Amino acid sequence: MAALTVISRKPLSFVLSVTALLGALLGVLMGMSMGNAPLGLIAGAAITSAVAYLGTSVIPEERTARYGLIAATLIAGLYFFGLVGGLTGALWGWFLGWFIFWLYEGRYRARLHPYLTPGQVLWHFTFRIICGLIFAFLIIPIIVVMPLSFNAQDFFTFTPEMLRFDPAGYSLKHYNDFFTNNEWQRSFKNSLIIAPIATLVSVSLGTLAAIGLSQSHVPFKRAIMAILISPMIVPLIISATGMFFFYAGLGKFLEYQLGLDKNLVGYMKVVLAHAVLGIPFVIITVTATLVGFDNSLTRAAANMGANPVTTFFRVQMPLILPGVISGGLFAFITSFDEVVVIMFVGSASQKTLPWQMFTGLREQISPTILAVATILVALSIVLLTTLELLRRRSEKLRGMSPS
Amino acid sequence: MKSTKTILTGAALSLVAGSAFAGSHMASEMTIVSWGGAYSKSQLNAYHDPYSEMTGVTILNDDSSSTAVAKLRAMNEAGNITWDVVDVEAAPAMQLCDEGLAMVIDPDTMLAAAPDGTPASEDFGDMLVSECFIPQIVYSTTFGYRTDLVGDTAPTSVCDVFDTAAYPGKRSLFSVPINTMEWALLCDGVAKADIYDTLETEEGQDRALAKLDTIKDDVIWVSSGSDTPQLLADGEVIMGATYNGRLFSLIEEQKQPVAMIWDGQVMDLDGWIIPAGLSPERQARALDYIMFATDTQRLADQAKWISYGPARASSAPLVGKHADLGIDMGPHMPTAPENLSRAFLMNYDFWADYRDDLDAKFQAWLAK
Repeated sequence: MAALTVISRKPLSFVLSVTALLGALLGVLMGMSMGNAPLGLIAGAAITSAVAYLGTSVIPEERTARYGLIAATLIAGLYFFGLVGGLTGALWGWFLGWFIFWLYEGRYRARLHPYLTPGQVLWHFTFRIICGLIFAFLIIPIIVVMPLSFNAQDFFTFTPEMLRFDPAGYSLKHYNDFFTNNEWQRSFKNSLIIAPIATLVSVSLGTLAAIGLSQSHVPFKRAIMAILISPMIVPLIISATGMFFFYAGLGKFLEYQLGLDKNLVGYMKVVLAHAVLGIPFVIITVTATLVGFDNSLTRAAANMGANPVTTFFRVQMPLILPGVISGGLFAFITSFDEVVVIMFVGSASQKTLPWQMFTGLREQISPTILAVATILVALSIVLLTTLELLRRRSEKLRGMSPS
Repeated sequence: MKSTKTILTGAALSLVAGSAFAGSHMASEMTIVSWGGAYSKSQLNAYHDPYSEMTGVTILNDDSSSTAVAKLRAMNEAGNITWDVVDVEAAPAMQLCDEGLAMVIDPDTMLAAAPDGTPASEDFGDMLVSECFIPQIVYSTTFGYRTDLVGDTAPTSVCDVFDTAAYPGKRSLFSVPINTMEWALLCDGVAKADIYDTLETEEGQDRALAKLDTIKDDVIWVSSGSDTPQLLADGEVIMGATYNGRLFSLIEEQKQPVAMIWDGQVMDLDGWIIPAGLSPERQARALDYIMFATDTQRLADQAKWISYGPARASSAPLVGKHADLGIDMGPHMPTAPENLSRAFLMNYDFWADYRDDLDAKFQAWLAK
């Protein structure tokens, strides 16, 4: 489809009005941050359309015009806002130059079908802008905390030093606090103990349940399935309230009747509660993998003398492993991120990272939370990448398996 | 499968460990509930660390004081109390005491006497507002303002908060009736002495809310002591209410362009309670801790890290300089003479009786 269309220069009136529109938009944003939106609107529109006119009609060559524009914005930025302003200005100059000639030379149509009407062309680009805005809307709240975690001050605020990119405005002290503060370290350690064990429990139980539910002779399959995945559907706060009383009773029994250590009982309660929350994810992902599983393989294995346990570990498990692992990852993240149930079921010695973050946010002003958030975002990205790679592998495997 | 093995191994190990510890008569680990932030840090420095060093007890912090009453009720109902010592304000302490959730303390046998031999009951004096409550500090809720955002004349009176003409801009207030309604009446012309009598009546309550109506559009309602400092640091509010210790930290430690209006500060007490129904060895440990942590020197030590006044009369002369900044802490205490003269004393009995009703009324007003 590329380069199907013969491109041609567009009339100046069109170029000038679109660039003026862009300039007006940027001008309003600038003006709003400086407290005078109308002035920004008019100035933005006037400046950009003047630049477009100069570039297209006065300066004879495109290259000269675009480099000239970059140089001009670089100097203006340097003069008014210093080094960072200069760099930002040069970037905007590059973008504006590209945009003007993209319109003027009609390049925007180069990759589109020649028969599209102007309305369809407009929609084509509007659609892309809307998509971009949606991405920005989703990702900006996560991105914005990252620079704040390097704040030299103890507030969730972009200080003037930070905005000037002055090194004095940045520090690693919140990361340092996370790695040296006892409370943070203890809760991090607790999370690292509780989440993997809860994951193991939910993966073992969830996989067994999914395999059982995939057998044709099991009665009331749908009802059992509904009960098993109910922790995912019931509002967390309701599960948490129920669990609080249930596990308090269980804990008392374990502690006083069986004489187990108080802390061990505490961990067991939290691990079990988190495992219950993780099981639905395992059941759902494993059930989905089992749909593509060919049951004649187990019959073939039985035919050759393997008992059900051997069949499960040697034949079935390797084939459904991707589903099991991605279910496990979901279960892990559920436990690792969980803040409601832990506050009900856990006691202070089981304080996990989300709990510590929650109290930190409520009772104190500490960007350590942001530092931890940044670390957790990095961790989540690693986990999700693993998940995606596994999914691809599973697809490949399924493509090869007989079905 | 692996996990069952882990749990079983863990269980076996802990049985061995448990029997080894059974010999000692006091628990070797305790959970102390407090407010978090700089306040918990001051307790850690003044009480927890010295106590752990002296006795070898591990102290776990649980920053849950803001929900202490509800959680203690739930724990009591479930019969599983995991807290050993709880830091609460005076009014919730009275409430917990009335409900039988806190243990009764005899100050003269369970608390340390002053160095000169004055019994604890005299040393604490009027601060012993409930028989379950062991006072620790006097703090106040007061206003801070951005020195660069209030114009040429700085606010000096609590009523400047209600003056949106002289001080245009947002102000932050706690979204609870306590303090807020008292300030509203005070600035509506009710004399300090008559405020609680007025607030007992339906008309008085409506009068307070009507006064608050005049600034409702300019108020950012906050729920925690850390909100106002953040809002002030951001410049999102020009003035706001929070605890004096938070403002001290904002001004002196964080060096923000903020100053305090001590006028109309509402003083309150904060202290310990021990939950009722602890096992004998945990109760013995909690009492031992309390005896240590509320003696004259310890209370004076806490003021090295936070600007709250010690609750013992004998601690006041021992208050020195800030541990890191070297500032003389005396003038920053809510109990310093020049601050005290403009203070407003909270009536605990009134709030113990009217809190639930006024909370409901206030929340309904907020939602309007």
